[in-house]
Amino acid sequence: MNSLKEIFKTKNKNLCSVFFTAGFPGLNDTQKIIEDLGSNGVDFIEVGLPYSDPLADGPTIQHSSEVALNNGINLDVIFEQLKSIKDSNKTPLVLMGYLNQVLKYGEEKFCEQCVACGIDTVILPDLPMIEYETHYKQLFTKYGISNVFLITPQTSEERIRKIDGLTDAFIYVVASASITGAKGEISAEQIAYFERIKAMNLKSTLIVGFGISNKTTFNKVCEYVNGAILGSAFIKHLDAKGVDTIDAFVKGVLD
Amino acid sequence: MKSKFKADKNGYYGQFGGAFIPELLYPNVKELEDNYLKIIESESFQKEYKRLLKDYVGRPTPLYLAPRLSEKYGTQIYLKREDLNHTGAHKVNNTIGQILIAKQLGKKRIIAETGAGQHGVATATVCALMNLECVVFMGEIDIKRQAPNVARMKMLGAKVVPATSGSKTLKDATNEAIRDWIGNPEDTYYLIGSVVGPHPYPDMVARLQAIISEEMKWQLKEHTGKETPDTVIACVGGGSNAAGAFYHFLDDESVELIAVEAAGLGVHSGESAATSQLGDVGVLHGSKTILMQDEYGQVIEPYSISAGLDYPGIGPLHAYLNESNRAKFMNATDQEALDAAYELTKLEGIIPALESAHALAVLEKIDFKKDQVVVVNLSGRGDKDLETYIKHLGK
Repeated sequence: MNSLKEIFKTKNKNLCSVFFTAGFPGLNDTQKIIEDLGSNGVDFIEVGLPYSDPLADGPTIQHSSEVALNNGINLDVIFEQLKSIKDSNKTPLVLMGYLNQVLKYGEEKFCEQCVACGIDTVILPDLPMIEYETHYKQLFTKYGISNVFLITPQTSEERIRKIDGLTDAFIYVVASASITGAKGEISAEQIAYFERIKAMNLKSTLIVGFGISNKTTFNKVCEYVNGAILGSAFIKHLDAKGVDTIDAFVKGVLD
Repeated sequence: MKSKFKADKNGYYGQFGGAFIPELLYPNVKELEDNYLKIIESESFQKEYKRLLKDYVGRPTPLYLAPRLSEKYGTQIYLKREDLNHTGAHKVNNTIGQILIAKQLGKKRIIAETGAGQHGVATATVCALMNLECVVFMGEIDIKRQAPNVARMKMLGAKVVPATSGSKTLKDATNEAIRDWIGNPEDTYYLIGSVVGPHPYPDMVARLQAIISEEMKWQLKEHTGKETPDTVIACVGGGSNAAGAFYHFLDDESVELIAVEAAGLGVHSGESAATSQLGDVGVLHGSKTILMQDEYGQVIEPYSISAGLDYPGIGPLHAYLNESNRAKFMNATDQEALDAAYELTKLEGIIPALESAHALAVLEKIDFKKDQVVVVNLSGRGDKDLETYIKHLGK
């Protein structure tokens, strides 16, 4: 698997990332979804770790998590699935889950498993910066794992600069103050926000997520930042059409 | 004096507490954190809070020496009558305080979560009082189980939004309220109903419920000549009434504190809410605490006959009181609580809420001394539970 940081060195425009929930729609769809997303031009993939209480997710991703949990997915199964494609898959993977999953699994064991799967980037939306600095930074650094932080239109410049200094992955720019999948277009206010962030000349790669649902919104935000993540839109596609037309979804955004 | 049982500046009680929130909530929580102590400690807040508690809520609530109950258990049992508060429970102490804070912060829209509907009603009540928009999130299943409280909230002008995700109960209503707050970061105030959630909520709610033990002290002095009891007993779901009843006695280790959890059909029956017995360390609704979870950290839905106690976690203060053995954690099953409710009704003419009945249910499990001064916090009245009580009548 290629490293995310290597990808960012060679490409810094129109980076396309897709999020999916491990174990959805079927327990063993994980490998096929990763393969099809990668072979159709997705630059990096976010693997969602289904959680019973996903605070930062909207109804679409919540539903997919529920289905996946009912399918019998768990962290051990996910790590086994990811290990099985470690050599064949070239597209960098990022794990996205909630802190309690890591706590209960064992922080050190979680890191070891990430390394065993070739994963060097995680997103834990409910791990705040202060907790990261005091309790996790040292551990993650030891395993070469980067933590991604989120920023929103309400995040102060001071805090954004602090985040920029803390991460060596990317900054997850939340498109608006909302949960995932709640919007459908890019407003003038959002553009002003992207321009404000861009003008800060941060060292980190900027990837926009939340509310990016199609080619139009993807292209629009890529005018201002390095790339964007599609989440709920892809989950809806999987829900409606299954795992056989992933190429059509990706082409619909990138072509 | 520095207390080891008060939250530190980052909201920690020992290893428990903190603010595990997505960045999306940071500004909201930070605004509250920066202001809550200033507001609560201000003279104008204290004056208005105390005035409303007296004239509107009906405080002080009596501390009643229950003679027949005392006789039965061979000790001195006092009931702190939180059931006599306006809206029928201790919940309103907190909502009165937080609504004043929300107003001070200039918020226009109030959101809340509710399980049984008591906190929802108490929130809708203060929103009507202050003429503020009110949205209450309630699990779809709870909406069906607690129809009278849903009707009360609606009559009070609140919008009741069903939480249809997950298990469709209190924890999911809390998730929905947090999601709403994420989506409305500027004009909305999240009025949490218990000593749970990210810092500063556990500390703030404990301070607002502390009026319970503040009154107990001078009332006990009147009754017994001494400000402190030997034992305080309170039920714990999230733990707000217990936090209030324990608050002023936390540092006086001569006062025995007993927290009673709901054991449902039995602690190990698989249908229980006895978090301290079944849970372990984790993060829930923004704080590190003890919670019921499976081996992968997925939250387990608790069960109790009492909708106010079926929460999969406990407030971080209580997690710390349990870990440090400052409080003794006991539990009572559905049946024991029902029996205790019938007993209190028969002996003292008081119909308790099912939640409070759990606190009463441990009386028979404790060996009391004759002159022991025991205070049971009677956190709410039983009107809302009549259907359940009638169903079990004569069984």
